[in-house]
Amino acid sequence: MTAWEPPDRPRSRLAYCCPEKMAEDREPPPLADAVQTDFREVEEGEDLFVSTVSTAEQLSPTSPEPASFPAEDISTNSNGPKQEILLDDDQEDLFAEATEEVSLDSPEREPILSDGPSPAITPVTPTVIITPRVDALFDRSLDEDEEAEENGDTFDMQITVSDPEKVGDGMNAYMAYKVTTKTSLSLFSRNEFSVKRRFSDFLGLHSKLASKYMHIGYIVPPAPEKSIVGMTKVKVGKEDLSSAEFVEKRRSALERYLMRTVNHPALVKDPDVIQFLENTELPRAVSTQALSGAGILRMVNKAADAVNKMTIKMNESDAWFEEKQQQFENLDIQLRKLHASVESLVCHRKELSVNTASFAKSAAMLGNSEDHTALSRALSQLAEVEEKIDQLHHEQAYADFYLFSELLGDYVRLITAVKGVFDQRMKTWSKWQDAQVMLQRKREAEAKLQYANKPDKLQQAKDEIKEWEAKVQQGERDFEQISKNIRREVERFEKQRVKDFKVVIIKYLESLVHTQQQLIKYWEAFLPEAKAIA
Amino acid sequence: MKGSNEDSAQSVNGSSIKITDVTQDGDTLTFAITSQKSSSSAGVCVFRTYEDFEWLQQGLFSQEDVPGLQGVIFPPLPSKPLPSTSLSQAKALKQLGFLALGDEWMIYCKALELYLQQVAAHTTLSKSKALYSFLNSSESPGKQCGKKGILNRLSQAMEEMRKEGHKDVDEFFQSERDSSTNLSALFKLSTEKFLDVVLNKQRLALACGHFSTSLHLCVNQDNPTAVAFSKICLKLSDIIEAVKINYEKVSDNDISTLGLGLDLESRYQEAKREMLFRRTCKLVELETANRNSERAKPNKKAIMEGVQKATQKEFDIISSVAKQEIEHYHRDRVSLLRDFLICWCEKQLSTARESSALLSQHLDACKKFAV
Repeated sequence: MTAWEPPDRPRSRLAYCCPEKMAEDREPPPLADAVQTDFREVEEGEDLFVSTVSTAEQLSPTSPEPASFPAEDISTNSNGPKQEILLDDDQEDLFAEATEEVSLDSPEREPILSDGPSPAITPVTPTVIITPRVDALFDRSLDEDEEAEENGDTFDMQITVSDPEKVGDGMNAYMAYKVTTKTSLSLFSRNEFSVKRRFSDFLGLHSKLASKYMHIGYIVPPAPEKSIVGMTKVKVGKEDLSSAEFVEKRRSALERYLMRTVNHPALVKDPDVIQFLENTELPRAVSTQALSGAGILRMVNKAADAVNKMTIKMNESDAWFEEKQQQFENLDIQLRKLHASVESLVCHRKELSVNTASFAKSAAMLGNSEDHTALSRALSQLAEVEEKIDQLHHEQAYADFYLFSELLGDYVRLITAVKGVFDQRMKTWSKWQDAQVMLQRKREAEAKLQYANKPDKLQQAKDEIKEWEAKVQQGERDFEQISKNIRREVERFEKQRVKDFKVVIIKYLESLVHTQQQLIKYWEAFLPEAKAIA
Repeated sequence: MKGSNEDSAQSVNGSSIKITDVTQDGDTLTFAITSQKSSSSAGVCVFRTYEDFEWLQQGLFSQEDVPGLQGVIFPPLPSKPLPSTSLSQAKALKQLGFLALGDEWMIYCKALELYLQQVAAHTTLSKSKALYSFLNSSESPGKQCGKKGILNRLSQAMEEMRKEGHKDVDEFFQSERDSSTNLSALFKLSTEKFLDVVLNKQRLALACGHFSTSLHLCVNQDNPTAVAFSKICLKLSDIIEAVKINYEKVSDNDISTLGLGLDLESRYQEAKREMLFRRTCKLVELETANRNSERAKPNKKAIMEGVQKATQKEFDIISSVAKQEIEHYHRDRVSLLRDFLICWCEKQLSTARESSALLSQHLDACKKFAV
């Protein structure tokens, strides 16, 4: 009997054929203190309590200007342009609930729950500003991407995550995964290559990407979630079914994460991504620790930020955005409901598998004790049939789980990222407005100074006005850019969503049909045995 | 002549006994029972409640002038049906097991029907007046406080537990008793486990239903992509609905065939054990009588010997009846289980085929859809 396999094997290629853009909200919390402590990496991080605090993205306008940069245009710094201060944030695990692993309210949404910054990047001082004209380039390159992508079939990339291997002992241990890439894209130096990565590397990648792209409206796929409980079991060496399941679940999630990321036309070109896939050695992502003092501080700031955000009243001139936001809210609720239903289904199936196995055992005992030969034989056969059926139930439970539960979970997290991007837009708008207000003040100040006869101050005032005029222009451009990007990203996202679900449904049906056909075989084999009872 | 007429008039065609209907009035269930005599094709229909069945069982137990009645394996009567209120659902399951499942007491009726058929098929029991009266009398036999025969269902008191283990004088019976104890426990266990499986399948069907409904609610017409997504959700909803219906059918099949069969087998095993126990009690009685007879003082000796002889005779008859009964039992139960197993397998096979065909259709449709 062929075991039905979870979908994230080469067959899943179909799902990722067309690039998708997904929202990721990474909130780089640019605080003044760039603390980069050397944490021993702990990969746990139970998802934090889900607060209803909406994401607080950037802080107040005192944060560094976000420049809309195409990562690909800056080749000097291999990590791409970094405008935000990246701190070692990995604060989410502060309130880690060490019970169940997966929570839908993924890190992305919670400021606190971020996957950590890219620790390999040295903190950038807040005043770095890069020339504003680059965004034009950026636009063009994006269009190119789109065209390339529309030729669809030229995208050829397959990533598999495999061979989870425990490295080290005790609480310092971690799982290393082999990441194999097969591609014909010229971005990469070879056609097939593999590297070893650990979970925190993935988190590190995600945080880098999020910090680069989220504020310009790209939906960056969220990384898989942390889990204190799951990982601790593995570290401690508990070789049981649940820890094996955990590792498999994580492996599958990492694979899906990478595939989603490279399906994004801009992200696949990102040096960090390329480095992640190709480089044998990767600098350790250190700030993904579960608990951190800096984390607490950040949490407090995020909370404040969130309050700020709630008071931003945006004049929405574009109904499209309002509608879309509402739609995503609704979709979020629907998907969560579905997810809950599927989880319940999976649970019952697992139970059924256990019960069937138990029944099979008792039937086997009956078969052994029964005196009448033919009846005894039939009962033993019955026991065998039931055992096989138990196996089927077990596999079907996995199908339910991997196909639907994980898909729905992924999408709930993706939607969180999408919402984050919308929030970013609001922030951008707010910044623009603030700049306008500031400009107005400067103009008023200058007007006053006209009559004060203080030539130095007057000059300074005029300079400031110029400065703020530029900022206003920049703000407006940023806002338009992010709006444009979001529209495109959302369209991609929607298309991809439809595709993903279609693929999963077909796979699911195939597994269902397979199960039924196996059942038919078993019953057909059993019937003559039953009839043979004389 | 007269006697033989009475006899033939009384004999009922066992396989013609059917419970055709059941109605519930408050707490009471009333069963409509039709039957035909073997000599005529005219049918009789009567209405009986559970109390009537109990009366019948009592009547069978307390027949006089039937030698070795204690050696008879009495067809087991199902437990009293609890009317299903929400509170008693769990209780009903505990008491009745599989018989509590199924729609509208169908399974329970089937079990009662089998009981009557088994009684009517039994060479000795079928001749009982109680059976005749039960099947034919237009008035309910009612709660006649009949003679409580010696064969009441004995609940095993501590004292009787001791007797249970009493060593037998006959190898055949000793081995029967041992295997009976063992098998009886195993069958009971298997029945319980199977019940767990079936209940689980029903829960699974419910969960599928919830999922299907949630999918149905995901409809959204705002834009082309949303419409496409809605279509997918509806499609999936149909698929899950099919899965749900499949599980319902599968568990119904389980209940009406193997479930019923295992339940019946369990109860029959119990009935056999009870018979063997009765015989063992008689054995103990006999051995006591023997001892008394030996130890009796001369003036009592004759009486004791008389008792001893009578007891010996009873015991011998019981043993010979029991032996026959056991042989019949073995034959019957094998054929009964065989029938149930075949039926189960055939039904499940047919359901699996249906389901496979339906899901394949869905799969084909979806593949076209995806392109």
